Parts: sequence; structure tokens; C-alpha cells
Amino acid sequence: MSHLRPVPTDPPSEGGGSVGAHLAGLLKRSSRGDESAFAEWYDATAARAFGLAVRVLRDRAQAEEVTQESYLDCWRHAARFDPGKGSAIAWLLTIVHRKAVDRVRSAEAAGRRDAAYGLREQSVPHDETAEQATASLEATRVRTALAGLTAKQREAVELAFLGGYTHTEVATMLDLPVGTAKTRIRDGLIRLRDALGVGEVVQT
Amino acid sequence: MSDIHALSGAYAVDALDDLERAEFEQHLAVCADCRAEVASLRETAALMSETESETPPESLRAGVLSGIRQVRPLPPEVPSLPEPVATGPNDVRRRRLPALLAAAAAVVLLAAGALAWHPWHHDRGSVAEQVLNASDATRVTQHLAGGGELTLVRSPSLKRAVLVGHDVPDAGDEKTYQMWLQQPGEDMVSAGLMPDADRPTVLSGDAATAAAAAVSVEPAGGSVHPSKNVVAVFSLQPASG
Repeated sequence: MSHLRPVPTDPPSEGGGSVGAHLAGLLKRSSRGDESAFAEWYDATAARAFGLAVRVLRDRAQAEEVTQESYLDCWRHAARFDPGKGSAIAWLLTIVHRKAVDRVRSAEAAGRRDAAYGLREQSVPHDETAEQATASLEATRVRTALAGLTAKQREAVELAFLGGYTHTEVATMLDLPVGTAKTRIRDGLIRLRDALGVGEVVQT
Repeated sequence: MSDIHALSGAYAVDALDDLERAEFEQHLAVCADCRAEVASLRETAALMSETESETPPESLRAGVLSGIRQVRPLPPEVPSLPEPVATGPNDVRRRRLPALLAAAAAVVLLAAGALAWHPWHHDRGSVAEQVLNASDATRVTQHLAGGGELTLVRSPSLKRAVLVGHDVPDAGDEKTYQMWLQQPGEDMVSAGLMPDADRPTVLSGDAATAAAAAVSVEPAGGSVHPSKNVVAVFSLQPASG
């Protein structure tokens, strides 16, 4: 199967490093009811979680709600976090992203006809990403890697992940045949992954 | 081999619709390569969010930390546990026996109701029994990500389908399983609630012409449209007769 690559021995960049291990350890302690460990986990990750929620939802009040719900889920499910399957931060952000996307889509479901009608007219939100970003080294590294994607790949990945649109919506927005956007999203993410040196996560 | 692997990227960033997601999750359950790829792409997406970091207001921290004091952390998942573990003080499992009785009563009522609506089913047992015993009944079983399995039994001649669960976890506090049928080219339409997934439940709607059936978790009382939380999807061959 062409999409496979060998599983490297290196752990994922965030999950295996000392920061990643520390975060995983905080979750482990949280699963035993350690509130101070959870407070530390929150302090270490909240800007990432909240920033992602704001980016998808574009509404700070809703982003706060989603972020809070996500952390409560984290606390409740901390024992189910499996460091063998990915990093703690990716686990958290997966929860945040899913909740944010669920919320924008259920909000849209109410006025879906309007949304579908307006979709074609909507201009592609272009790289608002850089504006509010922090100046961290890691963010710079990510931006450099993003710049290495083709413009088309980057558009598709950003609309899907940061915009919270489905691949069929992305296809319409970018005037692509349905089915093309999902390939572009995957290709873009794989290119980004390889540029960032994210190892494949070894599954048990 | 189909190109279902190509959905890995869209899945990793939540860019699939409900049905695609449910289908891909079924594929993930049997494809270690896709699981590994999805995990690596989620790590990548997580890094991407680094560019969006934004400090939340202090009130959020206070809200989170006071919130967790009222939530009991779940125990780890233990392999071969016969049933899901209680999720909190209001867990429905503690009300399991009365809930079962109520559900049994509901099923009987549902069956009786169906009998009343559909006069061709007279005197041959409940609709569920008829479907389960029909000579043309076909069965498809789906294993659920959260444990347990759901079997869809469909009888084209009776135009009805029945869902039977086995060891299906509780839907959760203030939640219910809801069944859906999709006619070709149309949206999913509610086929009724499934108050106790381990009891045979008749789907309302024409199961002979349906292209798909699905089960989702919905707020108690059910929803008009399926939520994102679809736990099983059955694609159905149109019945020739």
C-alpha cells in the first residue's frame, strides 16, 4: 500500500521528549485525582487549546465554553490516555478540535440551506493564522514547514483543520472536484509531518 | 482495495461528515497502518495549532479548576471487563433494573403500536419476532468502538428491520441510542429510539427500500437529525422483491 512508510524508532517529537513525557506524567497523576497536577497541565497547555478553539469558532465566548468542556473531559478521561498512541498535547487538541467542529457544524445545521448557498460566495479566509500567533520558536518552525507546502495543499489543510470545514466543503470552496480535497489534505499533512520530523506513532 | 485509506488525513483533522467518519472508524478498527498514520497526522495537526496559541482569560482557569472538583475521574479501561464502568453518581447503570423493565414495556408498546398501524402483521407475534423469524431475514453485525455489538436483522418481505444489541454500553447520562434509516438520495430520518440497546427494537420506516441504517447517541428524548456521535452504520442492498 503506497501510503505506508516505515515506522521509525524515534518517538513522536512531542510525545517522547522530556516536555511530552512531563505532560503525560501530569495526566497520569490527574487520573488519580491530583488537582494540582491538573492545574499544572492546564497552565502548560491552555494557550494551545484556547487558541485552537478561537481559531475554529471565531467567537471567544464559545471558545471558552469549548475549552472548559474539553478540560473537564480530559480530567474525566485522563486514565484512558495512552502514551503509546500519541502525545498528551495531541490528545487534548484532538478533543478540543472535535468539540469546536461539532459546535460550528451543529450551529450551521440550523441554517444549512443558507450556509450551502453562501458557501460558493465565501472567499477563502487567507492566512489569518500568522497574525495573532505567538513568536515561539516552535511556531516559527511550524510556519517554515507550512511554507514548504504547495499553496494548494496549505489552503486545503488550513481550511480543514483551522477552518473546521469538511473535505467536501473544502472542495467546493476551492473549486475542486469532490474527492480531490481529501487527497490534498492528506498529502499536505504528510508533507508537513515529514518536514516537522514527526515520527509515526507506534500502535500497540 | 478501495481508497478508504485516502480519508486518513481528513479524518485526522475532523473533516469527514458523520457517515464517512463512522465508515472510516470501522476501517480503522481493522487497519493498523491507518491507525498509525492517523496518529502521526494528529501529532502534526497539533503542532500546526502552535501558530494559533492564545492565552485564555484567567476566569477560564478558575472555571476549569472548580469544575473538576465536581467530576470523578473515570477508571482506566480494563481489558475483558464484562460491562462498562459507572461514570458518576448519576450513572444510569445504577438504575439498570428499573430501566430494563421500562425498556421492556416500551418495546412491547412499540410492537403493539406497530401492529395497530400495520394490519398485515396480525396474530403472528410482535413485529420484532416476525422480522427475526422471517424466512428472508438477513443479518449484519457491527462491532462498536466502545465495546459490544449491534446486529441489524432485515426482512424485505416485511419491509421492516430490527436492531439487536449485545453488551452495548449505556448511552450515558441523559443520553439515548437513536436509530436512523436513510432512503436512497435522502437524509437520515429517525427510525425511533433504542432505550435499551440489548433488546430487539423495530426500526420505523421502510427497511426494504432503505439504503442505510445507523445508530447514534443522542440527548435523552432523541434528535431530529443525527449528532456527530454515530456508533454504527449499516449499508443496505436495495431489496429486489
